[in-house]
This record gives sequence, structure tokens and C-alpha cells, in this order.
Amino acid sequence: MKRRDYLTVTVGGLIVYTLDRMPGMAQGRLIRVPLRFFTEPEALIIAAAAARIFPSDESGPGANEAGVIIYIDRQLAGPYGRGRYRYAEAPFEEGPPELGYQGKAPPREIYREGLALLGADFRTLTPQQQDERLRGMERSVFFDLLRTHTIEGMFCDPMHGGNADLIGWQLIGFPGPRMGYFDEVDTHHGRAFRPKPASLEQVMGRKVRPSEDEP
Amino acid sequence: MRRLPPVDAVIVGGGWAGLLMAKELATRAPLEVLILERGGPRKTSDYRDNMDELDYAIRLRMMQDIARETVTLRHSEKYPALPVRQYGSFLPGAGVGGAGEHWSGISYRYYPDVFELLTRTVERYGAKRLPDDHAIRDWGVTYAELEPYYDKAERLMGVSGKAGNLRGQRIEGGNVFEGPRSAEYPTPPMKMPYLAALFRDACASLGYHPFPMPAATTSQAYTNPDGVSRAGCSYCGYCERYGCMIGAKAQPTNTLMPVLARRKNFTLRTGASVRRITVDGGRARGVTYVDATGEECFQPAEIVFLASWTLNNTRLLLLSELGRGNAGRNLTHQVSMPAATVFFDKPLNRFIGSGAAGVATGDFDADAFDHSNLPFLRGGAINTVCYGFRPMANFGVVPRSAKARWGSEWKKAALDWYDRTGRITFTGEHLAYRGNFMDLDPRYRDAHGDPLLRLTLDWRDNERRMAEFMTAKAVEISRAMGAREITPFAGLGHYDATRYQSTHLQGGAIMGATPEGTVVNPYQQHWDVPNLFVLGASSFPQNASGNPTLTVLALTWRTADAVVGRYLKRPQSLA
Repeated sequence: MKRRDYLTVTVGGLIVYTLDRMPGMAQGRLIRVPLRFFTEPEALIIAAAAARIFPSDESGPGANEAGVIIYIDRQLAGPYGRGRYRYAEAPFEEGPPELGYQGKAPPREIYREGLALLGADFRTLTPQQQDERLRGMERSVFFDLLRTHTIEGMFCDPMHGGNADLIGWQLIGFPGPRMGYFDEVDTHHGRAFRPKPASLEQVMGRKVRPSEDEP
Repeated sequence: MRRLPPVDAVIVGGGWAGLLMAKELATRAPLEVLILERGGPRKTSDYRDNMDELDYAIRLRMMQDIARETVTLRHSEKYPALPVRQYGSFLPGAGVGGAGEHWSGISYRYYPDVFELLTRTVERYGAKRLPDDHAIRDWGVTYAELEPYYDKAERLMGVSGKAGNLRGQRIEGGNVFEGPRSAEYPTPPMKMPYLAALFRDACASLGYHPFPMPAATTSQAYTNPDGVSRAGCSYCGYCERYGCMIGAKAQPTNTLMPVLARRKNFTLRTGASVRRITVDGGRARGVTYVDATGEECFQPAEIVFLASWTLNNTRLLLLSELGRGNAGRNLTHQVSMPAATVFFDKPLNRFIGSGAAGVATGDFDADAFDHSNLPFLRGGAINTVCYGFRPMANFGVVPRSAKARWGSEWKKAALDWYDRTGRITFTGEHLAYRGNFMDLDPRYRDAHGDPLLRLTLDWRDNERRMAEFMTAKAVEISRAMGAREITPFAGLGHYDATRYQSTHLQGGAIMGATPEGTVVNPYQQHWDVPNLFVLGASSFPQNASGNPTLTVLALTWRTADAVVGRYLKRPQSLA
């Protein structure tokens, strides 16, 4: 049994419930979470790469504040990361791009290869150097996955580890799950309607079991 | 192998077709009916906490377990087929209700000429216009014969819409190109989200004929002829890939199961994977399946119905060597594409929606427009559906003027455009070709050790040119909608198994007026084995632009009528 690593990161913070161009940031929270798949140094490298894809900048918070790395760590540790949701019988052969990814490696192995591509020194590089390294791997299966997972971690329900404090949903004015909009569907034509976001657990009033906790 | 006590009728698959057949047989005959469903049990209350984009729309919790079984695909016989290793272009359902639980509810009737496609096309344009490799056929059933069953299916589900042709009278505001209807829709059209309203007004300004999409996501509370009541839609935006948490979307579990659950002569066995149909002396004797514990069982029955979706119906016939040499023919999908991605100045509130809350125009569907001087046959519906836009799968779409796909510049553009991006979609006809077919894969196997189904499938020039023409129309409509920027569809190219198109696959066990080239007669009854019926879109000789569920229900109902009314008295060929 490997020693479990912990990750200490600052996530969350509150902005306003609009699509304002200049959202105001409040103070984030320092949290210490057990890692399920990565070691701490690995997690910090992936987090740094995700933060170049979805940076924290003048247009608002990014992958760091949303806790994207926590999302990715849990996904890779769970059935998705193990390749539970794909057909994995041999033979593995190359095919045309329209047939999709035909490789043997499940997502967690693709991340292992990705970590090697990023390099152990990734965090010591300047942002410009980091971008350059990422541009060099833009066509890799890993980069595609990392980009997809970064967006997912920004905007998932917070029960999956990302979108801390609903920061991603606040950023785009997405209210999350709601019982409906019968009265609003045809009364806000051409005007922004931005109800306060709520997570599934907040709406349901109880815990919901996410797929990453399934065997 | 465990031999089970016999039943009157065994039905393979507990989706729309299987459960509708079960309801008719169990309540009208009444027979002892057993459904074998490979997935698990489901009920409406299961869906209260499924508004989670990751687990349902991305990890696809309601779909068949692809790790155990998938299909292989190749673009032509020249190439080796490879497995579809992760879901993409279509999403097969599993569990009680099947894909009928997580559909969008779009409920078009097919145009009358669809059922006589070969005859009508040759009549109007001559045989020389048919593509070289085509396998286009008439269905052996007409719109007039199906109309009463379309009406019953609409009433079963409480479909919302507006008639465009009531007993031959043309009604503006409905689909004026549709075949004559005997009755108005059971419920009024759905409310109109902003993007759909923009689309409707733009189409009208161009002289087209927009109409509210017919929706089984019912617009108001409704009680169907069986006395089953459902709530009206609340526009929460979680339909496709989800079950409806309030039961407003018609699903087998909230329309058919309430009737069947009361019947002592009905049994539904879940976790039962059927592997073979046994035929002896020209009659089906029953089916062999593996139960949830892994034990192999033989279920004897007087009548066998396959109702396990297009691809699985075909595969079971092939595995059981009951294909008459014709199983697998006429595989079609649907030309389903984002014809234009449109960027607007104003916010759209796109999280509001419903699976079938939209507007379509029939001006370029079927043969409503003259193809004499066009480089393709047939057409489809240009439409916009506000199904509820969720961010994990949709964030990041930017106009062509924004070049980056990650980093600060991309992020700013993606945030800026997020709720101002809409899509005009096109769902068009896919003709049948001899070169698009299914057979058993020689290399890859499922978890039971049976060969996977192999799809040989690619687009032809007819679909590519149609897509090009419709993309230009969608751009024209986008401009009339006041678009700031437009990204037209890039073109069909080769069949792309990675891009979701629709779960509308047809063919494999097609029907026809004669046994030549077909598997079943116009009552979906096997030509050589009269107590074997094959229900579903596997019967369709080719795709017909519109989404297939309503037609699957209508055909199933017509078959049920013939079984109850004629076959049970004289168990022989109905054709």
C-alpha cells in the first residue's frame, strides 16, 4: 500500500452572479485534500499545466481556484481512469481518426506518459516557457485529455472535486441543476437571466454518489 | 442449461417496442407475456438525482456497458474493422425502458412519400437519378395504413405540437408539408425558448414554413387513454442522456409500465442477456439467455418477439443464423449535423430548455423541394432545439475569428461567447446503399465470447452534397437571425464514429412486400418463421430524416393489432 499523499491548495472564493467582464474575487480557502491517484509533486505539475490551459487572469479565476486538479485526481483514481468505460479487448491497431482513440492505455496511463512529456522541471519554468512546452505537445492524446478534463473540472458539479464554491458556474452564469424554468422560458428573451447557482447536493438536500466512487 | 417453464410470448428487450407489444398482448389477448431485458430495473423516481452532467451526459451512466460489448466499424470492405472503443456517434441504451428513457422526445411522423421512396423517386426523377450503389426500397406499408397508429402513439405519449394538415386541410403554423392527420396533437406546442423564437422568426421572414417541433416532453399535464397521468414539462434542461425527474417526458417507465405493473400475466426479468433464438421445424421454440448470475437458461415460448434495438436485433438474427441471407442489409444512420454554429450579440439563457423544445422547417425535407437541378436526392429538417445547454461538454466554442484553443486569449473569448452561442442543426435522410451493411466481426468478441457486430458504413456523395446545400441554407437563416459571426459545418467527409450524431440507426432486418432481399413482412413477421417477429427500426429499409421513435411505436402497434386480431386465431403468415 503506497503512502497517501496530500495536496494543499487554495480554492474557491466568491464572485458575482453575473457575466460581468470584471468579476470581483474574494479570498479563497486553503484546503488540504488526500490525493487518490497522483503523488503531491505529480499533482502540482498537472495543476500547473491545467492553469496554463485555463489561467487565472484579468478575465476571472481559473483552474487553480476551481480545484481542477482535485477533479482530475479523482477521475483517474476511479473507474473512468482505469478504462472501465471503454472496450479494451485486443488486438489494438491503428485506424483512421474517425474511429477514435484505439490505444491500449487507459486515461491514467496516458497521464503517466503526459507527466513525462511535461517534465519534472515543468513548475520551475516561466509561464511563457510552460506554454511553449505545451504547444509542443498539442497534438498528443494526453494534451487533448488534459484540455477536456480542465474544462470538465472547471464546470462539473462540485461533488466531483472541481468547480469549488461553484466558481466555474458563477463565471459563466450557469445555475446548475434546478427544478425548472416554466415561468422564465419565454419571459427573458434577449435579456440575461442569472439565478443563483446551486449544486446537486444543495438542490437535493442530501449526498449523491458520484461515478468516481463506484467500483 | 436450465430449462424454464414455457410462456405464451417472450419479448427480447424492454424498451418502447417491447413494452408496447407487451401491453397490447397482456391486456387485449390476454397472453402470458415475459420480457427479457439485459439491463437493470428502472423507475421514474430513479431520476430525481440525475441532474449531473458528468455522470449522465459524459460518463453515460444510462447506456449499455461498452466494456462488455460494442460494435466494430470500417468505412469499406477494403479496410479491417476496428472496435468503437468509446461511445461517440450513437448511444445504445440498456435497462428497463431502453433508450426510450434517455431520449429527447422529438416525435416527427414520417412524410407519406417516405414509405414509397423507390416508387416516388423513380416516378418524379427517373431511375437514372438513383445512386449507383443504392439499395432504396419501398416499405410495404403506406402512410395511410400507419396513420391510425401514429395517432395512437401520439396519444399514448401526449405529444405536443400543432397540426399542419388536418384531414387534408392545410394549417399555417403547423408543418404544412406533413401527411394528412386524422386529429390535432393531444397537447399544445411547448413554450418557445429565445433561440427557437429567433429561428422561427428568421425562417418566416425568408418565406419558409417553421413549425413547433412535435415533443413527447409534454407541454402540460396529460392523462393518456390508458388513464396514465403525467406532469407537464418544467424546462429544466436535462432530457437527452437523462431520465425525466418529473416524468413529463414520455418514457416507457411512465407510460407503459404503470399499465403492465398491474397485470399478473406479465413478467419482466432484468439482467437477462439473450444470446440465441432457437428454431426447429420452421418454428421458433424459445430463446437462450444468460441471467444476472451467469447461468445459462432456455426460455420456451409460443411466440418470440425481438425488440432489442436495431443493432442487437440484427446481431441476434445473425448469431442464430436466421437472417435469410438478408440480415444486415440496408444499414443507415442519419445525416445529423450542426449546420451552423451561430454567435449572437444578446444572451440566450441556454441552460433553459427541453429535449424537444424547438422549431423546425420542412421546406427542405423529403421531396418538398424540387431536386431536378440539385446534385442530390431527398432532404431533412433544418431546426434548432433548445435542449438545455450544459457547460462541461459545451464550454470553449469560439468563433473562427478567435484562433486559440487554450490559454488566456481563448478563455476570454470562450467566456465572452458562452451564452451567446447557438446552433442550427440539420437532421437529414440517409439513403440505403449495398455497401453499407452489418455482419459478424471475425476478430472481436463480447464478454460472452460471441462475435461483435461489424458495421461497414460511410457517407456517399448524396449525403455530402445534401450537407453542403443545407449548410448554406442554415447560414442564410443564421444571417436572418441577426448573427454576429457564423461557423458553417465543415462537411461530412467520412463517417465519424467520434462525433455524436444521433442514436437513429436503421435496417438490418428490413421489411418489404416481398421476401426477396428482406427479413420480415410488412407486419415485422419473419418470412420463414411465422412465430418470430422483429420489432423496431431494424425494419426500416432506409432512414427517413425524422427521428424514428414515433414510427417504431406506430409499426409495433400495427403488428400488435394483427397478432391479436388475426395471428392468435390462425398462427401463420400475416402477409
